Amino acid sequence: MTTTEAPATPVRAAADPPAAVRAVRRWGFLLRRLGFYAAAAAAAIVLNFLLPRLMPGDPSSAIVEELQRVSGQQVPPETLESIRAIFGDPDQNLAQQFVGYLGQLARFDLGVSVVNFPVPVSELVLEALPWTLLLVGTTTVLAFVLGTGLGVIAGWKAGSRLDSILTPLTAFLSSVPYFWVALLALWVFGFVLGWFPLSGGYDANLAEGFNLPFLASVLHYGALPAATIVFSAFGGWLLGMRNMTVTTVREDYVLLAQAKGLSRGRVILRYAARNAMLPSFTGFAMALGGVIGGALLTETVFSYPGIGYLLFESLNKRDYPMMQGVFLIVTLATLLANLLADSLYVVLDPRIREQG
Amino acid sequence: MVTQFVPDTDRPDAGTTSARRADGDVLHVTGLTVEYVTDGDPVRACADVTFTLRRGEILGVAGESGSGKSTLITALTRLQRPPAVTTGGSIVFYPRDGGPAIDLVTATPKALRALRWTSLSIVLQSAMDALNPVMRLGAQFADALRTHDRTLTKDAAWARAAELLATVGISGDRARSYPHELSGGMRQRASIALALACGPELVVMDEPTTAVDVVMQRQILAQVLRLRRTLGFAVVFVTHDLSLLLELADRIAIMYAGRIVELGTARELYDDPRHPYTRGLRDSFPPLHAPLTRLTGIPGTPPDLRRPPSGCPFHPRCPQRFAGCDTDLPELVTKGGHSVACRLHEPTGRPDPVPDPASGPASGPASARTEGGAS
Repeated sequence: MTTTEAPATPVRAAADPPAAVRAVRRWGFLLRRLGFYAAAAAAAIVLNFLLPRLMPGDPSSAIVEELQRVSGQQVPPETLESIRAIFGDPDQNLAQQFVGYLGQLARFDLGVSVVNFPVPVSELVLEALPWTLLLVGTTTVLAFVLGTGLGVIAGWKAGSRLDSILTPLTAFLSSVPYFWVALLALWVFGFVLGWFPLSGGYDANLAEGFNLPFLASVLHYGALPAATIVFSAFGGWLLGMRNMTVTTVREDYVLLAQAKGLSRGRVILRYAARNAMLPSFTGFAMALGGVIGGALLTETVFSYPGIGYLLFESLNKRDYPMMQGVFLIVTLATLLANLLADSLYVVLDPRIREQG
Repeated sequence: MVTQFVPDTDRPDAGTTSARRADGDVLHVTGLTVEYVTDGDPVRACADVTFTLRRGEILGVAGESGSGKSTLITALTRLQRPPAVTTGGSIVFYPRDGGPAIDLVTATPKALRALRWTSLSIVLQSAMDALNPVMRLGAQFADALRTHDRTLTKDAAWARAAELLATVGISGDRARSYPHELSGGMRQRASIALALACGPELVVMDEPTTAVDVVMQRQILAQVLRLRRTLGFAVVFVTHDLSLLLELADRIAIMYAGRIVELGTARELYDDPRHPYTRGLRDSFPPLHAPLTRLTGIPGTPPDLRRPPSGCPFHPRCPQRFAGCDTDLPELVTKGGHSVACRLHEPTGRPDPVPDPASGPASGPASARTEGGAS
């Protein structure tokens, strides 16, 4: 306060909540969010427990019979127990079964795969997970960054030559069905031109590990599926970001940033794009949540050894323990990704913090 | 919003005005014309606007909605966006340090950027929308400060932001707040402090008090006047509220249909409005120290700028029009520092004025003064 201040100008700070109250509100917000996600996770686990028990008949016995038929040998008692814990034990009541089921989950025991007997489901999931994270994770981020970046440029100069070419072209390209793009790419670049391998995630002749030839083969095998995902996904981000940018550049705070004489890059990034990306970010958070589920179509078309391919295979061969395990992991991973994205959104938009 | 006209001790008298005139003018606007280029004929939102702004002066610009006020603001600050295009005229800025004069209309973007905020800043109408909602207040000060002074450290910029906030009566620790954590009045005062951050010579204010209540309005105006006294910046203050300008401004320009129709000191415009439109505006709010009279408005509506009337744009609503008003466009003529664009005041002989049925009891003495003031 200046000493010459007129009495007509009181300090208004007293009317605002003190810092401590604001801190409590902020943490309260995070705690409420955590509670919500914990409840959602619990619901997912309970559903996963109940679903096979709602099936008619005795699914666990059917699975055990199937195991014996496929493998041609007696099912060991610990496998029997694990199958019963997941799919229901006719000799136990529901409460007992649930306790056993939770114990099972705590040990990360998801049963054994029928098709790949006697490999445990958890082992197969853990094997597929890095491939999916690598392929779908990087391409989701890449498509978002590329689409959002181009969207800002198109929206900043709406009606410019770049905008009038890029925007309709993208709208057209993103309306092409993905499976068609993937099959066409596989046929042209894999089969006709032979630039990329037709299936798999790496060269099976090489030793797996952190050595240059193997990593190079991973890149080579992953390039085509990655390119098709980015190609199909970035258009949506571009269109959304372009339209948000068009409305945001008309905001007074962007005008004021220009009036301040800030560099063009700063006005675009810190004022226009920073605000325009908030709605896009919600979509991005949901996309990240879907990453673990894998790109079912991509992994199927390119026979990529990720979670999506695992799920496709288990659906094809009616490998129920496998399906159950994948569903549970995907659900929990999606919740976790959404929680992270939600928390990040709180950092990005200060206005959210005090509302909850 | 009604603000009573009372003699204001903050307003400098004629003596100090002429003293400031000695160190010269800060802005010469000549023949400024802004058009909105559409598919059809261009719409002329500012036509041939000419005025001079003296150093440290507050020039009020008043007019109805659609009179071209906002267009004038974005044109003056070179912030207009398509389809608005400056099609003619010049805005010559004279720097305080005696550097070369710059025509803002033809200046390069780089030259303009160097001028922005250090010489020419702006306060927008709604502080709610003018501050970036996702940046702390201090950061919005700091980026302006550090853009124009590359040697300033981040900490020093934040400290300066706190000082600036203190000059408008906001405690310095609020620099860490986000805009949504401040009240409307605080946000508006913060916008004013922000506009003064780099010591500008000219601040353009676009109705900065319309979004706040009357008490806050008074506080903000008192602060603007006090800061103007200590820092010496000139102000172009645009509003639809003539009564507010009568208190605040040194001189007032009245805009109608994109043109300045009258320009004079606040006292002249109140005591002796020469243009029938100005008189109509003045008579549409109640005087405080006078017997109660019936208020008179201005009949009719502002013209559609896509199809402006021929001749004087005010003639369809003018109670004093006479033969020729609908064909001849009057020019802004200056007599004794008081300019008016009305054929009633042109030296060419005019016929007897049509009796003025629209004005109340005030019309008699007012028109008498008009005749005297023309000499």
